[in-house]
Amino acid sequence: MLIDLAIKLGVCALVLGGVLNFAGMQTWLERKQSALMQDRIGANRAYFTVPWWLGGAPVNWVLRKLGGLGILNALADVLKLLTKEDFIPAQGDKFLHTLAPGLAVFFALMAFVAIPIGPTIHLFGRDIPLQVANVNAGLLFVLALASIGIYGVILAGMVSGNNLATIGGLRAASQMLAYEIALGVSLIGAVIWYGSLDLQIIVERQGHLFWGWLPAWGVFVQPLACLIFMTAALAETKRVPFDLPEGEPEIIGYFTEYSGMKFGLFFLTDFVEIVLVSALTTTLFFGGWQVPYLSPDGFHWPWAHGAIMLVSHLAYVGLGLLSFTVKVVAFIWFFMLIRWTLPRFRYDQLMHLGWKVLFPLSLANLAVTSVMVVIARAGGS
Amino acid sequence: MNSLSDQLLHRIRDAHKRRQLTWWERTYLPAIAQGLWVTSTHFWRNLFLHIAHRVGLFRNLPASVTVQYPDQMRLTASRLRTRHRLTKRADGTPRCVGCMMCETVCPARCIYIVAAEHPDPNIEKFPKSFDIDLGKCVYCGYCVEACPEDAIRMDTQRHDIAAYSRDGMWLDIKELLNPGSRPFPITPEKFVQLTLEEFKTLPQTPPPPPPGGGTAPSA
Repeated sequence: MLIDLAIKLGVCALVLGGVLNFAGMQTWLERKQSALMQDRIGANRAYFTVPWWLGGAPVNWVLRKLGGLGILNALADVLKLLTKEDFIPAQGDKFLHTLAPGLAVFFALMAFVAIPIGPTIHLFGRDIPLQVANVNAGLLFVLALASIGIYGVILAGMVSGNNLATIGGLRAASQMLAYEIALGVSLIGAVIWYGSLDLQIIVERQGHLFWGWLPAWGVFVQPLACLIFMTAALAETKRVPFDLPEGEPEIIGYFTEYSGMKFGLFFLTDFVEIVLVSALTTTLFFGGWQVPYLSPDGFHWPWAHGAIMLVSHLAYVGLGLLSFTVKVVAFIWFFMLIRWTLPRFRYDQLMHLGWKVLFPLSLANLAVTSVMVVIARAGGS
Repeated sequence: MNSLSDQLLHRIRDAHKRRQLTWWERTYLPAIAQGLWVTSTHFWRNLFLHIAHRVGLFRNLPASVTVQYPDQMRLTASRLRTRHRLTKRADGTPRCVGCMMCETVCPARCIYIVAAEHPDPNIEKFPKSFDIDLGKCVYCGYCVEACPEDAIRMDTQRHDIAAYSRDGMWLDIKELLNPGSRPFPITPEKFVQLTLEEFKTLPQTPPPPPPGGGTAPSA
């Protein structure tokens, strides 16, 4: 019993630590990636030195190099946010104003419990699933939490006692509502195909091969759904080109009246949501933790004619974890690339894209998928 | 006929002649893919070059256009007008003969000269004090053009002029003769008057870097 609890806590710590570190490092990634894309150098000045009794010169040398890479800017950010005055406007509601950022980040983090980060480990006669909670309707759970996450944003806009913040909150509400529908409907096609809402099962079913060489990843089965999902999911993260709730040049956004670490939590929520969206895209459309051609017993290379390159169980688990991480990082990079490439939508364009393009497209995709699945089942039986 | 409103009218009238986007173009997917291609090629190219620079390769290919000011100064144009200086004779006294041409021509009236008789009969006068209020100066360069003696130049390559107050923007004759001799936060005295002997004992600073040079000033 205690050991089970300890294992569960360990998996929790792994997921939470991974997510928060990815989210935190995104401040660095955002600065540096945008700099490289725009032929700049980017943040490279923040560093600190330690006195001799803490290691002195060799440690300072490393710190200086890290500072040159801009990594210590993340620390400087946190230090600044924590020491800033926590300001609550006079017209604002003190309790709700404090609650809003907590709600936003809590639900964004909660959504990770259903996402499988690796295959089940068989160790010392135990089965350890690398998934915090094996929810059998995991996909619904994730979508539900993503929807609830919007409450934090609306609340922040409403209780700030600031008109612009209210507009930001309302924009966030209508935008997320519009894109949530396209997001959900585009996924129904994938769910029909995989025949399950359990994310672990969805990942396992993507381990098959078509014609002996093409992995049965969602992106090959449901390319349109993948495109719609990624677009809608990007809109859910409220970042450029979908950053109308913030809209820095026009309204400052739902967090206008926030400062210090409360603002930092909203910032963190944005980054956690990007990790969430990357993890979901990976899980649903890019094979999750599956490595192409890797089965529990080893690599079945399509050109090896049945020969197997044996892989031990722990190596299999490690490769799975590595595969998931690499894919998530690649998607974080990709979303960051989009964020620094495309300009922001106008509000009517945003609504047009959500309601008149993505929603009908996702419905069409659902209809075509349903017919295909019925035909395939009829042909198979 | 060619007024702006006419042009705008033509534009509205010819709007229907604009090329219609094809269906594929109207999805904006090709344009988005193109944009992502451009930014990602810049990303990977610069990432590769930054790493290569660290190990000393491809130094001739720049990976960024950033100038790391103040460690690295921007290359200035050879004719750029930068902060003023007064040129010196071999003994350290100013070349200026106190003719007041620059003070007269200055449109901002930011030059203040007090002239005195020079002991050498071949030299007319010398400036006891020569002050420029940079807070008023418009960097037109007329003083340089008016000077018959090449006594004032705008070639110190200093363009990072900052001060905590208006008084801090003042350049007295000591600083004009030897740019950089005054430490930054010290507010200068106004209308400092020196004798010829005192000019010779001033701490001398090296001549300014050549125009277009991009080196950091030695601290």
